[in-house]
Amino acid sequence: MRNKILDTSTLDKELLAKLDAFIDSLEGDKQEHLIHVLHKAQELFGYLPQNLQLYIARKLDLPGVRVNGVVSFYSFFNEKPVGKYTISVCMGTACFVKGADKVLERVIELTGANKNEISKDGLFTIKDVRCIGACGLAPVMTINDKVYGKVKPGDVDEIIRHYRSIENES
Amino acid sequence: MKVKNYNDLVAWKEKCPRKLDYKINVLICNGTSCLSSDSEMISVLLEQELKSRNLEAEIRTIRTGCFGFCGQGPIIKIEPDDITYVQVKVEDIKEIVDSHLINNIVVDRLLYQEPDKTEVVGNSSGMNFYKKQMRIALRNCGEIDPENIEHYISNDGYFALAKVLFELTPEEVIQVVKKSGLRGRGGGGFYTGVKWEMSRKSPGDEKYIICNADEGDPGAFMDRSIMEGDPHSVLEAMIIAGYAIGANKGLVYIRAEYGVATNRVRKAINDARESGFLGKNILGTDFSFDIEIKLGAGAFVCGEETALIKSMEGHRGEPQKKPPFPSQSGFRGKPSNVNNVETFANIPSIILKGAEWYSSIGTEKSKGTKVFALAGQIRNNGLVEVPMGTTFREIVYDIGGGHPNGKDIKAIQIGGPSGGVITKEYFDMSIDYESLLAMGAMMGSGGMIIMDEDTDMVQIAKFYLEFTQDESCGKCTPCRIGTKRMYEILERLVNMEGSPEDLERLRVLGENIKNTSLCGLGQTAPNPVLSTMKYFREEYEAYAYRTKKTKYSIDPKLCIGCTKCARNCPVSCIEGSVRQPHYIDESKCIACGACYEACPVNAIIKP
Ligand SMILES: Cc1cc2nc3c(=O)[nH]c(=O)nc-3n(C[C@H](O)[C@H](O)[C@H](O)COP(=O)(O)O)c2cc1C
Ligand code: FES
Repeated sequence: MRNKILDTSTLDKELLAKLDAFIDSLEGDKQEHLIHVLHKAQELFGYLPQNLQLYIARKLDLPGVRVNGVVSFYSFFNEKPVGKYTISVCMGTACFVKGADKVLERVIELTGANKNEISKDGLFTIKDVRCIGACGLAPVMTINDKVYGKVKPGDVDEIIRHYRSIENES
Repeated sequence: MKVKNYNDLVAWKEKCPRKLDYKINVLICNGTSCLSSDSEMISVLLEQELKSRNLEAEIRTIRTGCFGFCGQGPIIKIEPDDITYVQVKVEDIKEIVDSHLINNIVVDRLLYQEPDKTEVVGNSSGMNFYKKQMRIALRNCGEIDPENIEHYISNDGYFALAKVLFELTPEEVIQVVKKSGLRGRGGGGFYTGVKWEMSRKSPGDEKYIICNADEGDPGAFMDRSIMEGDPHSVLEAMIIAGYAIGANKGLVYIRAEYGVATNRVRKAINDARESGFLGKNILGTDFSFDIEIKLGAGAFVCGEETALIKSMEGHRGEPQKKPPFPSQSGFRGKPSNVNNVETFANIPSIILKGAEWYSSIGTEKSKGTKVFALAGQIRNNGLVEVPMGTTFREIVYDIGGGHPNGKDIKAIQIGGPSGGVITKEYFDMSIDYESLLAMGAMMGSGGMIIMDEDTDMVQIAKFYLEFTQDESCGKCTPCRIGTKRMYEILERLVNMEGSPEDLERLRVLGENIKNTSLCGLGQTAPNPVLSTMKYFREEYEAYAYRTKKTKYSIDPKLCIGCTKCARNCPVSCIEGSVRQPHYIDESKCIACGACYEACPVNAIIKP
């Protein structure tokens, strides 16, 4: 079977309007701003599904593969949905030598989601990131914007339980 | 205010609130590391506390960038008393205000205590951590509020720019930078003045100044700290570079993970523009220059200058063949001068204090200072800036305080994924570009990872290779496939499935990748393996000949039978009765290390 052309009509209209306004406000060569536009799109939509990539490609008058090539090249862009909380375990050198791999293992064990995956309940996305610049606190883990320093594998249970309980309450 | 000429700048500086206008200045570190341990909340509470007691006129709080002493954060420094409080908690604020700020009684329990000494030190200049440091690139970090341009100006900010615009020709500026001997701090160590000259001489109507703020080496965070703690000094240097090479546009490429730094640089750009340091007719001259931020998106290879330029143009960050160098044909095909953040941060001081002053610091071929990030098994984690030529021993033991538990430090990894190890036999070596290269390591961006006797060097090499093979952009074959094969061999080795021939294979493969890769990533990727293989051959052989012990065991002579290990073992493979030596069933041990961490008397023997 031939691949069907992606359907961009299912994208959220309100968010698209915001994205359009952002693209229109850019000065100079718009194609050069591709990465900037993708940052904005991910901020608005949470991730970059393929039909959104195609939408952006058309808007900037670029081939779809160019956009997908860029999205898949950079680790910051997600092509799959992400959980409400992104747990990023730092795998920079400073954190690694202080046992960050053990912390990551525990996170994976407790959430049931692997690296770059989303947990079944949709709550957590697991990422390993490179140095977030808080090496003095190694090993470091972040959940969205909150930084946890000097994390021991045993501390992970408590931290994850905390986020689960916030969810259960609301 | 808008500065229109030199006199305006002088007049503004005189009006800027100075530290001595206040009875007391309370400096609170708001660098990333301290922010993650509540320093934001501490700042807010302190400000509220002072306000509620109507002390704001006499006592000023300043939210500064990083002090460098990250392992001891959050940090508060009180001036002019020169008292530094470490590991401050939200609960301590009231006491600091009541006791120190109001009654002049120092809160002893929050002072720093040197290891192995009983007395505490209050003044930072008295701390071993700061004694041997010399701060040029970090001169304003931890001193001023990075978000307040007046703080920068009152520390002679933008006076270097004024000097350049009113007193020097572009050629003279280049001569000063050349004579200073400043070399690129982004890794390669290329002479900055020579690069500027090349960019100036490249024909072109449009040129660009690019600041490389991608900081890819995991374990290095000096560029981030400079941008967070003193963004204006980078901007000022970029404007000066623009004047020197004849560019009117600057671009800062910041990695996406650096949110705080991006916001501070953005604010600094806006403030500088409003004040007349950026934009048209800077300080009333006919020189115009503006700066824009470009965000990265998480790719290590984008730190390489040609890949960085591709990324700024909206493409995949794939490196290009050199020549042409960016200074000949870079962004949009125009001559582009790329320098690192720390390189730029040195420029204003060089202009103001002169090339002779700068070149009097350091060694014969490596001038000035270098910032290093200390991490790993070391007591004082953090950022330190020392003159070139300082020895590893001074950095690790005098400044870094040695190992946190007094263990033997066996090596330092320097230069990140492109670098190598320096073993303890060489700790008295002077740190400069040439000596490091001769050792098979490199300066890189200045990340130093300290490793103790328990560190498995094969695992470390494997860690770096996993990083580079993952970050390889895939454009050239040696790097894309070669690093993967090397990684597989290492994996085989640590799984005890390797053979002695694997060591030779690793070496040959490594040499080939070095010689045939397109860019610096591939050309240096084998370094961590080759260097650890050279200095820690026996560790590789233990894996290759499969003689490596992989399970934990207990020294019955040291074991006191406290049962802690048995209680922490996740697979219950430790047995023994209370106050009797314990025993590990090695057939069940999964080598997780939980017992090792739990043991209070170091009786567990690591594999
Ligand atoms: C794989 C690779 C990664 C690099 N990463 C960085 C980086 O993160 N920051 C940086 O300033 N230079 C980095 N460089 C060096 C740059 O290519 C370039 O030489 C440097 O930015 C020039 O500035 P400088 O002369 O002031 O050091 C990297 C080089 C390579 C080969
Ligand atoms: S290595 Fe983890 S924060 Fe730097």
